[in-house]
Amino acid sequence: MKITEAFERGEFVVTAEVGPPKGFHIEHVLEEAKTYLSGITAVNVTDNQSSVMRLGSLATCKALKDEGLTPIFQLTCRDRNRIALQSDLLSAAMFGIENLLLLTGDHTKLGDHKAAKPVFDLDSVSLIHTVKQLESGVDLGGNELVGEPPKFAKGAVVSPCSDSVDAQLAKMERKVAAGCDYFQTQAVFEPEKFIQFMEKAKQFGKPVQVGIIIPKSAGMAKFMNNNVAGIHVPDEMIEELKADKEKTKAGITGVEIAARIIKECKPYCQGVHIMALGWESKVPDLLKAAGI
Amino acid sequence: MLITQLKAKETIVSLAAGKKVFIINCHGCKEVHFPEAEADELEKELAKAGNVTGIITTDYICNPDNMKLRLEAHKSEIDAADAVLVLSCGVGVQTVAAYLEDKKVYAACDTYPLPGFQGVTPLEYNCDQCGECYLNLTGGICPITACSKSLVNGQCGGAKNGRCEVDGDMECGWERIYRRLAQVGRLDALKCPTQVRNFATDDATSK
Repeated sequence: MKITEAFERGEFVVTAEVGPPKGFHIEHVLEEAKTYLSGITAVNVTDNQSSVMRLGSLATCKALKDEGLTPIFQLTCRDRNRIALQSDLLSAAMFGIENLLLLTGDHTKLGDHKAAKPVFDLDSVSLIHTVKQLESGVDLGGNELVGEPPKFAKGAVVSPCSDSVDAQLAKMERKVAAGCDYFQTQAVFEPEKFIQFMEKAKQFGKPVQVGIIIPKSAGMAKFMNNNVAGIHVPDEMIEELKADKEKTKAGITGVEIAARIIKECKPYCQGVHIMALGWESKVPDLLKAAGI
Repeated sequence: MLITQLKAKETIVSLAAGKKVFIINCHGCKEVHFPEAEADELEKELAKAGNVTGIITTDYICNPDNMKLRLEAHKSEIDAADAVLVLSCGVGVQTVAAYLEDKKVYAACDTYPLPGFQGVTPLEYNCDQCGECYLNLTGGICPITACSKSLVNGQCGGAKNGRCEVDGDMECGWERIYRRLAQVGRLDALKCPTQVRNFATDDATSK
């Protein structure tokens, strides 16, 4: 199923993401996804997230699909040139994978193979353009595809709490112009900034899912503030995480905070995307607490 | 050695259309091939239309001090122009754009490499000699050299407090581009069609 169909039905669309392991034993990932994520619309599979080498996103998507879940194939431009990207897109279509999240990708210097050559032959915008071109039955080189062309729901990301939000909006507009169907955002901890962003972003007429990370500890929040672009956890939230260490450790505080953010943002957007970062088991509680 | 080649005539004419322009030719480096005859012909044509406030032919505009001296002598002609058209390698265009910070500065040439010595390309403005100069879409700041990922369709989500995710000492190139375009009233340049790089341009000329 294409995620765009759920948006068209007017559903508040819930997605979450899983990260493939560093190894090929995937039973645990599949078990967790089946247990905690089978009730949601679709599951993102990250593509060598943070430039750390892992099991492939496409293979993991196929395994999730075989278990009856709807995968979203995340595809970055860091590790493949336009030939490999298009080839993987056709492979996805062959597996019946219909949802994409198209990204530029983190630089190789951020990951665990710092000596690797960063590719970036295409970027997020030209990758969307490339998918659109494949859907018309022609590849980026102008050559005709054999048989029925693939059709995908084409997603992209945007960073609503970025300190250069106007430049982000300009990029978002380019993604829409290139053919993007829906957006997932960087994690939001400042709902008021997200709401201001949505006031400007709604002109593009594309569904936006607010990105949510369940904060695990005050230390994690501070780490994100210092190191992760587009994320700022306000001081009062950090205090809240510090207040009762046991409650925070059990995930209760984090779920409370995340549920509050979802509730505040929900009237202004079309769905939520949860980056559980290993806390997939908290997703059902979070959705319940957020009233979804 | 570099080759600078005039962009397509219609591209240059459309850059100058409806504007008063000041034109700078750089004949500095012996290592750079400059299309003198073609440039001369084109400039005569533009001047005939009556919208050229001045034309200078100078050298080493990639050197900011030298460039400043040269341009100061033509301040009134530059002030009278809506835009400055630079016929030089990519370094020269970027040096002029950085100096004339409130002016629209356009590149009239694409820069290609040839094996051997480079032209005199000092200081911080870099040209990757990609052969498809993007400076007219990016306010005279090169996205190939100013962005760690050489992105040509806008910033990634990786900048934190204006700094690049790869190098904390480096400002995000696309934030610089955005600010610059806003400053000269050219944010509409960001609405250009999707750019797909052509990595064949280098090979096509060096073979």
